[in-house]
Amino acid sequence: MKRLLYILPLLLLCVLPVCAQESSEPVEEEAIDVKGIIFEHLKDSYHWHIITIGEKEVSLHLPVMLYSKVSGWHFFSSRNLEEDGSYDGFHIAQEGAFAGKLVEDMPDGTFRKPLDLSLTKVALGIIINSLLLCVIVLCTARWYKHHDETDNAPGGFVGLMEFVIAMIVDDVIKPSVGKEYKKYAPLLLTIFFFILLSNLMGLIPIFPAGANVTGNIAVTLFLALITFFTVNVFGNREYWKEILWPDVPIFLKIPPILPVIELVGIFTKPFALTVRLFANMTAGHSIILALTCMIFITAKMGPAIGTPMTAVSLLFMVFMNMLELLVAYIQAYVFTILSSIFIGLAHPEEHEHKEIEN
Amino acid sequence: MDLLNPEVGTLIWMLIAAGIVFFILIKWGFPMITDMVDKRNEFIDKSLEAAKKANARLDGIQKECDELLKETRAQQARIIKEATDRRDEIIADAENRAKESGEKIISDAREQIRQEKEEALRSLRRQVAELSVQVAEKVVRKQLDSSDEQLSMIDRMIDDVKNGK
Repeated sequence: MKRLLYILPLLLLCVLPVCAQESSEPVEEEAIDVKGIIFEHLKDSYHWHIITIGEKEVSLHLPVMLYSKVSGWHFFSSRNLEEDGSYDGFHIAQEGAFAGKLVEDMPDGTFRKPLDLSLTKVALGIIINSLLLCVIVLCTARWYKHHDETDNAPGGFVGLMEFVIAMIVDDVIKPSVGKEYKKYAPLLLTIFFFILLSNLMGLIPIFPAGANVTGNIAVTLFLALITFFTVNVFGNREYWKEILWPDVPIFLKIPPILPVIELVGIFTKPFALTVRLFANMTAGHSIILALTCMIFITAKMGPAIGTPMTAVSLLFMVFMNMLELLVAYIQAYVFTILSSIFIGLAHPEEHEHKEIEN
Repeated sequence: MDLLNPEVGTLIWMLIAAGIVFFILIKWGFPMITDMVDKRNEFIDKSLEAAKKANARLDGIQKECDELLKETRAQQARIIKEATDRRDEIIADAENRAKESGEKIISDAREQIRQEKEEALRSLRRQVAELSVQVAEKVVRKQLDSSDEQLSMIDRMIDDVKNGK
């Protein structure tokens, strides 16, 4: 607590000159578009903005790949979109259902969306995270290739990885999946580490991290689809019997009320997985961004409000970042445990069923 | 709302990038790690088991040692006791024998003494007899100064001798 008393005035001192300077200059009346800033960070884009130095924006221009039914394939750099957001008969839609996406101008004045295979910020983020994950896990696996079970347990990073892996396997996968857990453990571990790494990378604001990968619904949908297919492809006979012909009074089955509910349940499970991860990560990013924006909004109001609010915002941002670290882990954990449970539910044992019958 | 629309392009990129990485990690990444962790756990379990067995054996050996020591002590005690008994026996035996031989010596001595005594007595008697004969001779010589008497005496004596023989 005592140390905080020293740090707070120091923080204020850092902020004060900036505020004083701003107030002495003729203030440009330009409202800060908080919503725009937040959505710009949350949404995908065709370039990766890294930093703005003075007037100069440093950003990574990513390749655009489009397939249009009308004009075929188009490849160009997103540098061409910098000036007015249009190139080669395509432009970035400002509003409507495709806002922020490239759409093709049609001769009759309307526009339609092409198949957009551009290497966007999120796509590049996925590739970076995937490569990083690959390197991390394969490096860890390499250690095990050069050692056998009689050697001492690993320390350092490999030890940390082993600790996390053993924890996920023993506490999440083994109790949830049941007997056949060994078959599914690698898949579930991969899902866990992919989500965890992407979440953590999303919290680091500077390139090559910082892409909002797990806050993109396509990514979470893909992960949920993996679970969906694993559950339904490897589900045993008993699982399908319980869905299509469950042990309930006949009047619940003949107009197939319960089978319909169960069938809907098959699809709501991955849907819930998709939305949960997406919403949690989006919310966390939004709050941190909003708190960051608060500094700039209140700074405009003059030093009297700006200074204390900056300090408060900073404190809240530190707190929120801590919370997000926790959320990054918890969401990966929750996604894995739910996937494990769904897989476990798809492998009911037949004898349990008979016991209930008796 | 466009945040909630999954973009097909992103899905395809995800399918390619994450798909490959997922495949690699599922095939070669995690199984290696989890297998090794399982193996090590098994190894630790086995080692613990072996250690437990070794400990039990050590305990057994300790017990055996104790028992052996006890047995040895008992044997030692027994041997000592036997030795003592034997010693006592030997001593007793020796004593007995000494006594016996002593007694024999004594009895021999007694016998000899007795024989010698008898011998002495006999020689004494002989001497006494001789002496008494001599005394008698002298007495007789004195009394037989007269010739008759001497003759009769001689006759008597001759008779005696004759009869005596």
